[in-house]
Amino acid sequence: MRRMLVAVAIGVALLASTLAAHHANAVFDLGKRLTLSGTVTEWFWANPHCLLRFDVKSDSGEMTHWVAETQAPPNMTPFGWTKQSFAVGDQVTVTLEPVKNGSPLGRILQVKLPDGKTLVAGNGLPPSDGSGARP
Amino acid sequence: MNAGAGIRDSGFRRMSVRSGFSRTLVTAIAFLVLLSPVIRGQQGFRRTPGAVYDVDVAGKKSGPAPKHDISGIWEFAKGGGEGIQADGAKAMPSDGKPEHELPFTPEGRKAFMNNKPTYGFTQVPSALTNDPMPGCDPQGFPRIVLHNAHHEQILQTATQLVILYQFNKKWRVIWTDGRKLPANAEVPGWDIKGSPPPEARFWGYSVGRWTDDYTFVADSNGFDDRTWLDNAGRPHSDALHVIETYHRIDADHLEKTITIDDPKYYTRPWVALDKLPYRLQSASLEIPEQECVPSETAKYNQLFANPAAK
Repeated sequence: MRRMLVAVAIGVALLASTLAAHHANAVFDLGKRLTLSGTVTEWFWANPHCLLRFDVKSDSGEMTHWVAETQAPPNMTPFGWTKQSFAVGDQVTVTLEPVKNGSPLGRILQVKLPDGKTLVAGNGLPPSDGSGARP
Repeated sequence: MNAGAGIRDSGFRRMSVRSGFSRTLVTAIAFLVLLSPVIRGQQGFRRTPGAVYDVDVAGKKSGPAPKHDISGIWEFAKGGGEGIQADGAKAMPSDGKPEHELPFTPEGRKAFMNNKPTYGFTQVPSALTNDPMPGCDPQGFPRIVLHNAHHEQILQTATQLVILYQFNKKWRVIWTDGRKLPANAEVPGWDIKGSPPPEARFWGYSVGRWTDDYTFVADSNGFDDRTWLDNAGRPHSDALHVIETYHRIDADHLEKTITIDDPKYYTRPWVALDKLPYRLQSASLEIPEQECVPSETAKYNQLFANPAAK
């Protein structure tokens, strides 16, 4: 049984690396994973990317406000995400790929909802429309 | 027993006496292989829940192709991810590989180096990009099919072939009434009485014709040179000429090829999409709405893109 669990873990790791390797984006710490539990403050269902904003309390009681992106709505709905996926105050556990510069920002890989269900970002693709800061 | 079978037998025996870790690794790979169809299915399943999704079924053969007909709603046969092309045109991605080096003229290379994409081999941090598109400037043609391409709906009338594109809800008209492509690509206009005065366009001027019962070829020119060809910052000049070839394989399948012909920026034509396969979808499929929204983009930049690029 233990061997099977290890096997599954290795399989998932291999799979995750396959999905994450689709494309590079300069701002992300590619391959790094963080899992954070917090409270939703906003779910911004928008183009070019949806944003999930949530507060995470550290063991010392310090609060950090995180902003995490997904793909645009039409790329998320096939994987079960909707405008109603989150409400303010929801307790969620977010797995994301953080940005390189240490800011509390990242690209969502999956979110565990209050009811125990998990929304997966689906294809693991990074932002695909060349989005970024504008002059 | 032939030599090949011997090698396989030998390999199997070696595997059987390996350590526990090796067995674990083999199990992990088997798990991965078992799971991969699920993942592939997810990648291919990119449409509105509840919509009819027409996929190829093993052993089920498509009917014959209709003649002079490529109308319908089309989706990538291998799944929606086929159209993303984040690192540039699918057949020639900007990945630094010699075989994907474009045949730039000196002027073309200079224009390429002046473009600052956020993807591809010459990518820069998003704060430094001069990509016109993310701020919701028009992506134009052919970028509409060389980056973030999604569903397309093709309509045919007696005088036009119209393509509706999901991304940013754009459309193009390809004239089939026998008119000629503008003679001067740099000062383009229709040689038809009553047409608007000549001007370059983000979407160019397009004419098309059937070259056989199942192949439609369109030529386009008259482009505004502010647009990029793809997401990797490949440039084009005002001399750009694009050749689109649509080949109906059978009742359910279509192939699209895009060739870039721009003598100012490239020493020879090059193929940007090479027989990319599409699959016909149900006529009841409603193409999802996907717009570029400046106010939402501004909020995204403020909350995410700008702080991420610092």
